[in-house]
Amino acid sequence: MADQNPLADLKPDKTVDARGTSCPGPLLETKKAIATIPVGGVLETISSDAGTNADIPVWAKKMGHEFLGSIEESGYWRVFVRRKK
Amino acid sequence: MLYSGTVDKLLPAAILASGAVAMDMAVDIFVTFYGIHAFSKQAIRTNKTFSKDFEEMVPMMTQKMREKNIPSWYDMLAEAKKSGNVKIHACSTACDMLDVKKEDLDPLVDDVVGVGNYFAEAAESKVTLFI
Repeated sequence: MADQNPLADLKPDKTVDARGTSCPGPLLETKKAIATIPVGGVLETISSDAGTNADIPVWAKKMGHEFLGSIEESGYWRVFVRRKK
Repeated sequence: MLYSGTVDKLLPAAILASGAVAMDMAVDIFVTFYGIHAFSKQAIRTNKTFSKDFEEMVPMMTQKMREKNIPSWYDMLAEAKKSGNVKIHACSTACDMLDVKKEDLDPLVDDVVGVGNYFAEAAESKVTLFI
C-alpha cells in the first residue's frame, strides 16, 4: 500500500484500551499511563470517543509531550504520544 | 460555582472537573444553594432528580448513560479527586439556611467556607464557570 500510515509500524511501549469509556475517561487513562512508560517511549491510546482524538493533541502540547498522530479504525481511534519528560 | 442539585447539571460539572484534572489543572468547586442538598450524606448516591425542563428525557438519558457506561456524577467526582487536585467547598450561608452541618455532608466535601473564599480562588483562576 502506497499510503500506509507509518504509525501502523510503530511499536508502542504501552497500549491503553479505553474503548467503552466516554470523554474525558480516555484522556484520564492516557494521563495515568504516560507516567508508567520511560521518557522517549510511545504510548498508544485506543478510544471509541470522537473527542479524545481531538483532545489528546492539545493535552500533549500542554504537558510537553509529542503527539505523533492517530489512525482511524472502524469505530475507534488509535492515538500515539511520545513521552518527552 | 455549582448552584444546581439536579443530575443534568451535576454530571456536566463532574465531567468538567475530570477533564480539568486530565489537563493538569487544579479545580475548586464552590457548592451553594440547591447543590448543597445533592452533597448531603443521604442524597449523594441516590439523587436521581432532573430539572423539570428535561423531565421527559430522563428515561432515555438514564438508559443511554447505562448503555454507554457513563459513571455517576458522584463516582466521577470521587475519581477526579483521587487523581488530581480537586477541592469541594460548601457555601456556609446555604448550609446555614438548610440547617446542614459539615458532618451532614459527604466526605467528598473538603470544607465549609464563605463567599470570600470563593472570590479568593476565582480571582486567581483562568477559568470560572457557573453551573
